[in-house]
Amino acid sequence: MAGYIVRRVLQAIPVLLGTTFLIYFMVFAMPGDPIVGLFGEKTPPPAVLEQLRERYNLDQPFIIQYFIFLGNIFRGDLGVSFSGQPVVEILAQTFPVTLRLAFLSTVFLMVGGIAAGLVSGLRKGGIFDASALVVSLIFISLPIFVVGFVGQFVFGIQLGWFRTTVGSGAPWSDLVLPAIVLATGSFAQIVRLTRASVIETESQDFVRTAASKGLSRNRIVPVHILRNSLIPVVTYLGVDFGVLMVGAVVTEGIFNVPGVGRTVYQAIIRGENPTVVAFVTVMVLIYLVVNLLIDLFYAVLDPRIRYAK
Amino acid sequence: MPSNTRPDQQHFVAPIDETPLVAIDSVKADGKPSNLWRDAWADVRKRPMFWISAALILLVVIVALFPGWFTQVAPNNDCQLSNSNGGPTAGHPLGFTKQGCDIYSRIIHGTSTSLSVGLIVTFLIAFLGIVFGAISGFYGGWLDAVLSRIGDIFFSIPYILAAVVVMSVLSRYANVWVISLAIGAFAWPATARVLRAEILRVKNADFVMAATALGVSRFRILLRHVLPNSIAPVIVITTISLASAIVAEATLSFLGVGLPTSTMSWGNDISAAQHDLRTAPQTLILPSIALSVTVLSFIMLGEVVRDALDPKARAQR
Repeated sequence: MAGYIVRRVLQAIPVLLGTTFLIYFMVFAMPGDPIVGLFGEKTPPPAVLEQLRERYNLDQPFIIQYFIFLGNIFRGDLGVSFSGQPVVEILAQTFPVTLRLAFLSTVFLMVGGIAAGLVSGLRKGGIFDASALVVSLIFISLPIFVVGFVGQFVFGIQLGWFRTTVGSGAPWSDLVLPAIVLATGSFAQIVRLTRASVIETESQDFVRTAASKGLSRNRIVPVHILRNSLIPVVTYLGVDFGVLMVGAVVTEGIFNVPGVGRTVYQAIIRGENPTVVAFVTVMVLIYLVVNLLIDLFYAVLDPRIRYAK
Repeated sequence: MPSNTRPDQQHFVAPIDETPLVAIDSVKADGKPSNLWRDAWADVRKRPMFWISAALILLVVIVALFPGWFTQVAPNNDCQLSNSNGGPTAGHPLGFTKQGCDIYSRIIHGTSTSLSVGLIVTFLIAFLGIVFGAISGFYGGWLDAVLSRIGDIFFSIPYILAAVVVMSVLSRYANVWVISLAIGAFAWPATARVLRAEILRVKNADFVMAATALGVSRFRILLRHVLPNSIAPVIVITTISLASAIVAEATLSFLGVGLPTSTMSWGNDISAAQHDLRTAPQTLILPSIALSVTVLSFIMLGEVVRDALDPKARAQR
């Protein structure tokens, strides 16, 4: 196990360097003055320009600039937002809210998606299966901002079940609707993955053995079938984390959730591109770390991964 | 020949003359040879979902190519602020946007934008995915190691986030091509991975060895033998990526880093309508429906194609 962890962490290092380099390259190796380019059609005050030039060491060769930028990241210095607040400080304030939203959303996703996938898989070809397929196709096709606005309109404005925007302090009750909206982005994938996995597991020998031993269906389904069907679903959560992050930017923007996503959303809307770049870098780093953790967790679940080369 | 049956035993096995072997092992010598594509077509043809999605896609393509057949109202020039957020009137079946433009006409004229982005991104993904996937799968070695690591790096950045950064920097140059490049440049590694895995499986097949023994060059083997036999999953994934690309463009436009507002785009219209959700929900919901139906039709096609090309998916149906 220790060997696997070391190998996997070592593999992550070039990817980490590569992604940060790529982001930096996209911003600072574009033709023209990158600082002016960052502001698009807006003309920033000269003081801001001067400060950014200094911060990004544009007088140095490109590769040196990148290493200074990388060094800053590892020292926890992510720059300053337009309002003068350090990005790290904003992260500390907003990240817990996003974490709660993501947690709630994942709970909805897992409970709803796995339940629907399990029933579909067990009653393959039945009415529930057919309707779950149709619903999941529709959910895949609806962009998350459409789901967000329709949810806000129907449940917030027309039915009045939820507040349309999240109040200060982001209480759990206000996060329910955004979390459901966020969960719809991956709902279909979870349902299908669970369904396929359940169908495959159900035809395994150990399920037949359990049935011929005389175990009741109530024991076979949760213990033998469901547990063994969950491994691919858990792995998918890693891939899904990327969808979740993009979804969080949109959902938090729509519902005004005071999290990392809304900060990015507002920075994009206002054209504060240096802030956008800083936050996207952080999000990509989080994404990499989460996927690394899931890989390690997966190795705990499935010994074959540990021993494979 | 000693008899194994007891005198009182009935026949458990039919005597040979009752089941002529020809009937069991018969080969239709004059029938058409079957292959993956013919089987897939036979399977797809029977499914209503295929015909529904094909009809919808055909409609979308016709609307995108000939918007003039569907509306005579100019989407941008005939706008009058007095019509702002107005309901349907004669000649304007879906009402008006906040700027007093005809919603129906804007939806019709926005079709080509979404479709172009979808197609350009898909070609880009297919091209990059096939080149990277084929080379690293077929040639292996250090080339595979280098190309796969490059793919890992691009794969590690969620492509919409990457496109947000690219489009923020290039906002002055934003158009259909730039946005497609921004999306496609980060969306290809999934295709490359799928193709690489498939090629690793196919390249050890007997027919590849036969071709090698006949002295066919490596490149020609890749092009004529390995690639055609491993392209099926790529076709599935690219059909679905067409839908994802359309969603990605709409999301970027919605966030305000997509196409310039002067370009007719469903994402732009939805973005512009978001603040009037309370008073004029139809201005947001109508373009959303157009967007979702288009995406749905490509997703459905992808489903059908996947079921047809992947025997495992077919068995689970």
